[in-house]
Amino acid sequence: MYSRAYKATVTIPPLLWVTVFLLVPYAILFCYSFWSVSPAQTIAHNWSLQNYAQLIHNSLYIQVLLRSMRIAFSVTLLALALGYPLAYYVSFYTQARKELLYQLVIIPLWASYLVRGYAWKTILGSDGVLNGLLQYFHITHQPLEFLLYSPFAVILTLTHIYTPFVFLPIYASLEHVPRTLVEASQDLGASPWATFRRVILPLSLPGVLAGATFAFVLSLGDFLAPLLVGGSSGVMISNIVVSLFGAAYNWPLGAAISLCMLLIVVTLLFAAERLEKGLTVQ
Amino acid sequence: MPNPTSRDTASAPTVESDALLRVKELAKRYGPRPVLRGISLDVAPGEFLTVLGESGSGKTTLLRLIAGFEQLDGGQIWMGGERLDPVPAYRRPVNTVFQSYALFPHLSVFDNVAYGLHAARADAKEIPGRVANALAMVKMADFAKSAPARLSGGQQQRVALARALVNRPQVLLLDEPLSALDANLRRQMQVELKSLQREVGITFIFVTHDQEEAMALSDRVALLRAGYLEQIAGPREIYGKPATAYAAQFIGQTNLLHAEVRDGIASSGPIVWRTFGPSGRATYSLRQESIRLLPEIPGLPSADVATARFRGEVRNQSFGGAMDLIEIDCGSGCTLRARIPMPGILTGQREFEFDANEAVRVRESGDD
Repeated sequence: MYSRAYKATVTIPPLLWVTVFLLVPYAILFCYSFWSVSPAQTIAHNWSLQNYAQLIHNSLYIQVLLRSMRIAFSVTLLALALGYPLAYYVSFYTQARKELLYQLVIIPLWASYLVRGYAWKTILGSDGVLNGLLQYFHITHQPLEFLLYSPFAVILTLTHIYTPFVFLPIYASLEHVPRTLVEASQDLGASPWATFRRVILPLSLPGVLAGATFAFVLSLGDFLAPLLVGGSSGVMISNIVVSLFGAAYNWPLGAAISLCMLLIVVTLLFAAERLEKGLTVQ
Repeated sequence: MPNPTSRDTASAPTVESDALLRVKELAKRYGPRPVLRGISLDVAPGEFLTVLGESGSGKTTLLRLIAGFEQLDGGQIWMGGERLDPVPAYRRPVNTVFQSYALFPHLSVFDNVAYGLHAARADAKEIPGRVANALAMVKMADFAKSAPARLSGGQQQRVALARALVNRPQVLLLDEPLSALDANLRRQMQVELKSLQREVGITFIFVTHDQEEAMALSDRVALLRAGYLEQIAGPREIYGKPATAYAAQFIGQTNLLHAEVRDGIASSGPIVWRTFGPSGRATYSLRQESIRLLPEIPGLPSADVATARFRGEVRNQSFGGAMDLIEIDCGSGCTLRARIPMPGILTGQREFEFDANEAVRVRESGDD
């Protein structure tokens, strides 16, 4: 048995941390979302639902939210399409090089997010690396403008950034598929494709779900990629929140949007967890 | 193709034309390390062949090569007149019962057993009936809807058997299937496995490290040692006439006598017996139960030429129920172990004997 003093020492600091830096800010945000900005540019503490009403009535917010979800969804699909085959290959078809390949996937995570964002800016810009190459080889004759400052650029950048987050849980779940099950499947006459579809894929679904959740939730709330490469057509909901808390000076509306997003994300995480419990076999 | 010259010995299961599965000069290396070195053996239809060996003998590798999970480095595998070794695992008419059972955790017992039928695109209307039959055969009919994780080890074992047998393979491969079960369940499953094999008439190739299990179950035992086939024979033959010192020691308990043979007489220290082998140095295996204790009465008739007698001091005696194990010091550094039925408490010098033909001349290990 641990002493009371020991228990207090290990539990109180994290509890304090969570309270001060998570629960209290959320509570403040919650209060703000019901307040308003007075004509004199001060926060008026009169409680109302007008911020939430504005969210619903002003189609701009709904549009940007839908766009954010569309972008997050595209990123999730692309990251899965890249991450799953890669994880499958590294887990099943590399022997001695397994560790090396695994590290190669992980290394980009060590580079700053900002650096990677700027790198894409350099690659995709109208006088950037990609356009330069395309023109050098006479594939195009003038810079392709849609490459940078577009939802395409945001999706590309976010996919690059979040694919390792999708790779990791899928790789972990594939590593946990007992190889004798693969042999048993072949032994029972299932072709390699049938073995993948009926044994490997079902057993790796928890990892797919975890990876998809990572990619979707992290992309949905991202504000740096749209800021760097998104331009006006690539604005996402977090950029709106940032501007509402900054130049636009409408903290109450920003708080209301934040809480809506929080609700969406928490619901998603909850649903994913329920689904994962259903998929995971003891 | 029936071979006229082999017809004469048609009763032996090893005859070429009768063989269902032929393994020829099979070789396998893991890196530089040879695991199998030129294994050749034939398996007859309906035979229960046990591949017996210590860990590292290559017995599991042999099974995995037949199943198609490993690529061979030399030799050939034939089944029913066709080369099997270039065929991928999922097209081979063999099924495996894995040591770890390898049941699919995300599928019910029913779906596990139906897996092979689906893969073979069996008639969908037939599947439920065939699965039910297979489960009934291993007494698991009541568990069709269960998840494998909810079953005990023995139950999982039965499901694994049903899953492999439902496809009616030509050969069933069993990789130490009973080693995870406790002793009682193990003996029970041995009996069931044997009667199941007789019932379905499928050829079984059974891998084990347990020589008693091999003796109890098999029509023939293939003893592997360090990648070599040491001996392949029926259990009684391999016990009674072990080919090598290793076979004699691995299967049953034995005494190895290093003897000098001259003119039909073998002598090992104070022990002398008649033999028919050529002269020179030789090793003999003498089973512990072949040694008899002579009663201490005067006027015992002297031994005939076919019997070897010797005196020795009883040094150790341990009670073993029906048979006591005793250690006999016969002088000149010669110690024998004998199993004597109900001897009472023995002390001092006693006289023992054995039939000369029970001392079996064996090749010294490493002679190949």
